[in-house]
Amino acid sequence: MMAYDLSPLWLSLRVAVISTFFVFVVSLALARLMNRREFFGKSFVEALILLPLVLPPTVIGFGLIVLFGVNGPLGILLEQWFGFRVVFTWIGAAIASFVVSLPLMYQSVLAAYEKVDPRWENVARTMGVSEWRIFRTITLPLAWSGILAGLILAFARGIGEFGATLMIAGYIPGVTETVPLAIYFAYEAGDMEKAMFWVLIISSLGVAAITWVNYWRKKNAIRIGRE
Amino acid sequence: MLKVDFQKQLDHFNLVMQFELDREIMALVGSSGSGKTTLLNCVAGIAHPDAGEITLNGTDFFKDKQKPMKIQKRKVGYLFQDYALFPHLNAEQNILYALSRGTDVSHITELTKILGITELLSKYPHQISGGEKQRVALTRALAAQPDILLLDEPFSALDDANRDRCQNELLRIHEQWQIPIIFVTHRMADAEKLADRVIRVEKGKMAEQLVF
Repeated sequence: MMAYDLSPLWLSLRVAVISTFFVFVVSLALARLMNRREFFGKSFVEALILLPLVLPPTVIGFGLIVLFGVNGPLGILLEQWFGFRVVFTWIGAAIASFVVSLPLMYQSVLAAYEKVDPRWENVARTMGVSEWRIFRTITLPLAWSGILAGLILAFARGIGEFGATLMIAGYIPGVTETVPLAIYFAYEAGDMEKAMFWVLIISSLGVAAITWVNYWRKKNAIRIGRE
Repeated sequence: MLKVDFQKQLDHFNLVMQFELDREIMALVGSSGSGKTTLLNCVAGIAHPDAGEITLNGTDFFKDKQKPMKIQKRKVGYLFQDYALFPHLNAEQNILYALSRGTDVSHITELTKILGITELLSKYPHQISGGEKQRVALTRALAAQPDILLLDEPFSALDDANRDRCQNELLRIHEQWQIPIIFVTHRMADAEKLADRVIRVEKGKMAEQLVF
């Protein structure tokens, strides 16, 4: 097999790592809010968070272009305030990854929070412990295995994002060429060997991620045990 | 002194409670779902009454038209049914969880000796028996030196020998600490052995009060 330019792999990793970081932070806060608070329109807000799960990638890509395009409200704002463009850049790819992986992570984190017995948090409150410390020392450690599973899923979804990425970031080799785009355009060009190379790389990453999540879950279950 | 005078609408009835408790042990007996745990939760601040007041030593925990006092500020020791030990922390970490570094822990060292759990401190909740969990949870509830102790079915998971032992330990602790203790139980025998006063709760109403 001939040597290929590995830049799509590094770009995909960069896009997935950055989008997963923001997905992690936003999901943790968002799921906490939805888990703890009741407010008017909560179901609607939740539907909006989960919407990317059921929308075709082209709709997400279209929405992102409308928002972040050169004439889009957020696109204008980002260009004026920070001097950078989103369309046809790797940042566009990161935003597309963020949008599609957020609902997966959100669902995992919410389920993980719901598994934490509220009595543990209440015991800690009766002991005079602050809400922030309870979150850090009780909720987070006990929800961690679910959160981590969500994190891996979000990362895998982010690294595999194709449709919305193509629409907002386009295909510019060396600039916005992620692994899924590299596979598609190698196939289009009839370069099956190159396409197969990237398919094997991304599949190996997926298998490794899932294997590690399963291993972690088992290890964590043994460590925490059951009360 | 604990003063309780409140009402709270539950699913099938209105819970109405009115009593005063000095540094005594009070037992709440009654069938399941009669409102006993809700009373403990209202005193602890986990649930709030619809109307009335709850005060401890002159401090308002709950009063009409006032914001209820936060759970964290009530200085309540609460032993939950099934103990609710933090599963990811060992017994020692459970007990010392709320204490900041440098806090004097001599009272805890003494408690661990009284309750015979010194050997268990490095073990996790899933590694110890029901009776041991109960003693660890009791030590944890007392670690922050609360002004009142609430115990929800503290003896339900224990065999006769362990029940006897734990009850004797509780009496000893009460003698030393001199704080009001409310415990919920199904067994009248537990109430008669431990309590200075017994309140029978049926469908949210205080049906009977016995003072020994």
